[in-house]
Amino acid sequence: MSDIDIRKVVQEELNNIAPEIDLASVDPDADLREAIDIDSMDFLNFVTALHRRTGIDIPELDYPKLATLSGTVAYLDAKLKSGKA
Amino acid sequence: MPSLGPDMEAGTLVEWLVKPGDRVKRGDVVAVVDTQKGAIEVEIYQPGQIEKILVDLDTKVPVGTPLAELREEGERLPAAAAAPKPPTTPAVAPTAPPAGPAPVRMQAPAVAAAPMTAAGGRASPAARRLAEAQGVDLSTIAGSGPGGAIIYADVEQRIGKTVAVAGKRPAPSLNLAAMRTAIAVAMARSKREIPHYYLEHQVDVTACEQWLTQKNATRPPDNRLLIGALAVKAVALAARRFPAFNGFYRDNKFEPAPAVHVGIAITIRGGGLAAPALHDADQLPLDELMGRMRDLVQRMRAGRIRSSELSDPTITTSSLGERGVEALYGIIYPPQVAIVGFGKVMARPWVVDGAIGPRSIVTTTLSGDHRVTDGHAGALFLAEIGKLLQEPDKL
Repeated sequence: MSDIDIRKVVQEELNNIAPEIDLASVDPDADLREAIDIDSMDFLNFVTALHRRTGIDIPELDYPKLATLSGTVAYLDAKLKSGKA
Repeated sequence: MPSLGPDMEAGTLVEWLVKPGDRVKRGDVVAVVDTQKGAIEVEIYQPGQIEKILVDLDTKVPVGTPLAELREEGERLPAAAAAPKPPTTPAVAPTAPPAGPAPVRMQAPAVAAAPMTAAGGRASPAARRLAEAQGVDLSTIAGSGPGGAIIYADVEQRIGKTVAVAGKRPAPSLNLAAMRTAIAVAMARSKREIPHYYLEHQVDVTACEQWLTQKNATRPPDNRLLIGALAVKAVALAARRFPAFNGFYRDNKFEPAPAVHVGIAITIRGGGLAAPALHDADQLPLDELMGRMRDLVQRMRAGRIRSSELSDPTITTSSLGERGVEALYGIIYPPQVAIVGFGKVMARPWVVDGAIGPRSIVTTTLSGDHRVTDGHAGALFLAEIGKLLQEPDKL
């Protein structure tokens, strides 16, 4: 788990939901749901996939922290590091 | 060839999953047809033995064309065609025939992607398509479906990593242009034939939100519930209590449906829309309803849906979810007679027990068919949905 590339995981899972979107063109600070047009079911699938791949528990209360691409990566990075510490 | 909506005129047979001599039971997927709504897994509605295949692969035939002959249990002569429905009753024949067994049993358990008895290897059509698209040899996969059949999830699991890394999915078999044509036909017919009336009701869903927060706090993402599941359940329960909103208008009269199969409007990226049935939604515990809804949405978006799911809805719900706007006024999908819309949840000042406070409010709407009901009955029905949402633990 230590060498897990969070950014890559996040991008892959978003790509699974929105294959036609070029994530490189998405503003990392834009609201993800608006930027790539995902609904609550997509978002739940996204969180489920992140949980499955990283083992990180992502409670609903933390959903606001996953509002943007950069926020999601920062959140998961921090969780992974604190998990190892 | 089953009719999978008022808009469908023909379909192309792309895969046979049975051969003469095969025994089939109710709910088995026997063939795959390509339609405007993607590749549809055609289920059979009578148990028996396949006598003869009547339509060859890659042949396009009009709706109503018999696909195969079926010998019914205990019969010596071939019975009527195995086509799941006669041509004169578009869109609804698969719903329980009046004399048929309990509709609950009409559908094979929806847990597996496609339980089936396939000729020449046991694998669901969805699994076959995925395997073919990904170049995976099915004989190298252990099936986890009924009787060891290989289901979609098995193939997905095998190629999961590869697909994710490559950043692409198997191309959905959905043709969005064809789907738009189908929507246009159905909606134009609806506006032409159905005298709609519209009602609106603002519902306080604070209790639902609090209940969900509490429920979901201790659950892994896989088991979390969405408010949409509560909405569907509430509509289903209300539809059972108000049967005039649950059924079909055909041949100048309304036929209430014996079961409640709620059509879930699902948007498809790129501009598609379909509303397949969540069968017996009124009977499902919330967790199961949520699981099936997730499965239904995923399969619809991936272009692998079953014939009964397209033809069975007895009432439809459409929800804007967390984004969008406050209200949605649906157009009834013929031959249904009602559609319930849910707008986005809004934080609003609200009077509760004589004091104003912030509450979460959803605007619910009902589009009803005036040939069957009036605004008065519609108001009672819509209000019932609002009432049911006040006690989420009872849903």
